[in-house]
Amino acid sequence: MCGIVGLFLKDKSLEPQLGAMLSDMLVIMTDRGPDSAGIAIYGAPSDGRAKITVQSADPKQDFAGLEALLKPVDPSVAVELKSTHAVIETNADKSQAVRELLAQERPEIRVMGSGDSVEIYKEVGLPKDVVSRFGIRKMAGTHGIGHTRMATESAVTTLGAHPFSTGADQCLVHNGSLSNHNNLRRELVREGMTFETQNDSEVAAAYLTAEMAKGKDLGQALTSALDDLDGFFTFVVGTKSGFGVVRDPIACKPAVMAETDQYIAFGSEYRALVNLPGIENARVWEPEPATVYFWDHEKAA
Amino acid sequence: MRVFDLATTPLRELNSALHTIAPGANDTNFEVVNPRGSHSVAVGIDQPVTVEVRGSVGYYCAGMNDGGAVTVHGSAGPGVAENMMSGTVVIEGDASQYAGATGRGGLLVIKGNAASRCGISMKGINIVVHGNIGHMSAFMGQSGHLVVLGNAGDALGDSLYEAKLFVRGEVKSLGADCIQKEMKPKHLKLLAELLEKAGVTDVSPEEFKRYGSARTLYNFNIDNADAY
Repeated sequence: MCGIVGLFLKDKSLEPQLGAMLSDMLVIMTDRGPDSAGIAIYGAPSDGRAKITVQSADPKQDFAGLEALLKPVDPSVAVELKSTHAVIETNADKSQAVRELLAQERPEIRVMGSGDSVEIYKEVGLPKDVVSRFGIRKMAGTHGIGHTRMATESAVTTLGAHPFSTGADQCLVHNGSLSNHNNLRRELVREGMTFETQNDSEVAAAYLTAEMAKGKDLGQALTSALDDLDGFFTFVVGTKSGFGVVRDPIACKPAVMAETDQYIAFGSEYRALVNLPGIENARVWEPEPATVYFWDHEKAA
Repeated sequence: MRVFDLATTPLRELNSALHTIAPGANDTNFEVVNPRGSHSVAVGIDQPVTVEVRGSVGYYCAGMNDGGAVTVHGSAGPGVAENMMSGTVVIEGDASQYAGATGRGGLLVIKGNAASRCGISMKGINIVVHGNIGHMSAFMGQSGHLVVLGNAGDALGDSLYEAKLFVRGEVKSLGADCIQKEMKPKHLKLLAELLEKAGVTDVSPEEFKRYGSARTLYNFNIDNADAY
C-alpha cells in the first residue's frame, strides 16, 4: 500500500513546526507500510553553503574522524552526526570535492541526498522510530515529504526506503508500482544516470531529474512522466522551492489534498491531515487522474 | 442515543455494539464523534439502527449495511457503503473512490462530489450524487440506478449491463457499450421518486439525460473485439 505525506508551508510562522507536523502525519500512516520510513525536509538555504546527507550501516567506524578527514578539502566543513546518518555542510563550490573524497576514503558511506537545503533521513523500521532517532520533530523548514513503505518491487533495505533523491535538492516518494522501470532504467543509464538500487521508484526519481536537466521545470517534468511512465503511481515530489503531485490516469492509489492560507498538504488518507491547523475549514479535494499539481515558493513570491 | 467517542473508545466497541442489537430493541440510535478519518466505521449493520457520524471517515464506512440509516456529517474515504444490501447511507460532504461499489440494494446519497469508480459493479443499489462523479463510474454496473446532479468524468458506464444512469450535467465521455437513451415517462417517474427519496426538491427529472447499455458486448462476438 505505502503511505505518503507532504506539506508545503505558505505561512512562515509555521516553519519552526514543519518537522513536528510532518512527523505526526507520517506516524499516522504507519499501518499503510511498516517496512521502512523516510522523510525529506527542506530547510532555509544559507548563501553559498551546501548540505550532503550521508548514511552508514556502521556509523561508529565510518563516521569516526569524518570532519578531520574532510577538512583538507574544505576547512569550513561541519559534520553533524544523527544516528546512522550525518549531515555534512560545506561551501557549495567544495561539495563535489567532498563527495569525491568520501567515495575514495569511506566507500561504505552512502549519499542519501544533497543540495542547498534538503536533508533526507530514511531507515528500515516504523515511522515513529525513524522520526525519533533522527530528531525530525525539532526540525524547521519550508516544505517536506515523507513515506512509509510496504515493499513490493524490491528489497527491504535502507537504500530501498523512500524518499529517493537523484539530483540536487530533488526527491520523490511513490505509492504504486511501475511496470516499465527496467526499460526506462536502461535508457536513463545510457543517458548517463547512475542508480543505487533496483527499486522502481528510484527510476521515477531519476527520470524526473533527467527531464529537469533538459531544462524543464518540475511541473513540465511531471507532465512528461504521464507519457513515459507505465504503471500505478501517486508521486509527491520536492525541489528546492517546489512541491508537486501527480497520479497516473487510472488513479487507483489513494490521495487527498488540503489547502488553506497557511499550507498545502498531501496525505494518502484523510487521517494524515486531521491534526493540521484549520483543517476543518480547509479546501479538501482528491487530485484528479493524469493531472499535475505544482506549487513553487519562488514563483509565488 | 448512545454516543461513541472514537478519540477514547476503540472502533471495535462501536461495531460490536451495532452487531449485538437484538431484533425489536428500542435503543437503536447511535452517535459517533471524533472519527478523524477512521476506517470501517459502522460496517456490517444488520438491524434498523440510525448512526450519526460527526466528522470525516476513512475507508469502507457503512460497508455491507443491511437496514441501517447512517449519516456522515463530513466526507468519506474510499469504498463508502460498499456492498450495501438495504438501508440508507448519506454523506454530507464528498466521497472518495468506488462509493457504493457492488451494492445490492438500499440508497446511498452523496451531497458533495464522488471521485472515480462511483457505483462500480453496482448490483441493485440506488446512488444519488448531488455534485460530480469521477472517471469510470458505474463500470460493469449490473442493476440499480445512479443519479448525478452534476457532471460525470471519463468512461461513464463502461461495459455496463442493466444499471440505469441519469446525469443532469455534462458527461466527459461514455465508456464502451454505454449510450444515451430516450427518457420515457416511466423513467421520469422513477427518477422523480429517487430524487424525492434523496431529499432533492429543486431539480426536475426533465433536466436529466438517461444512459444505459447498448447490449452489444453481452456475449463475445469477434467483430466487437476492439471494444472490449
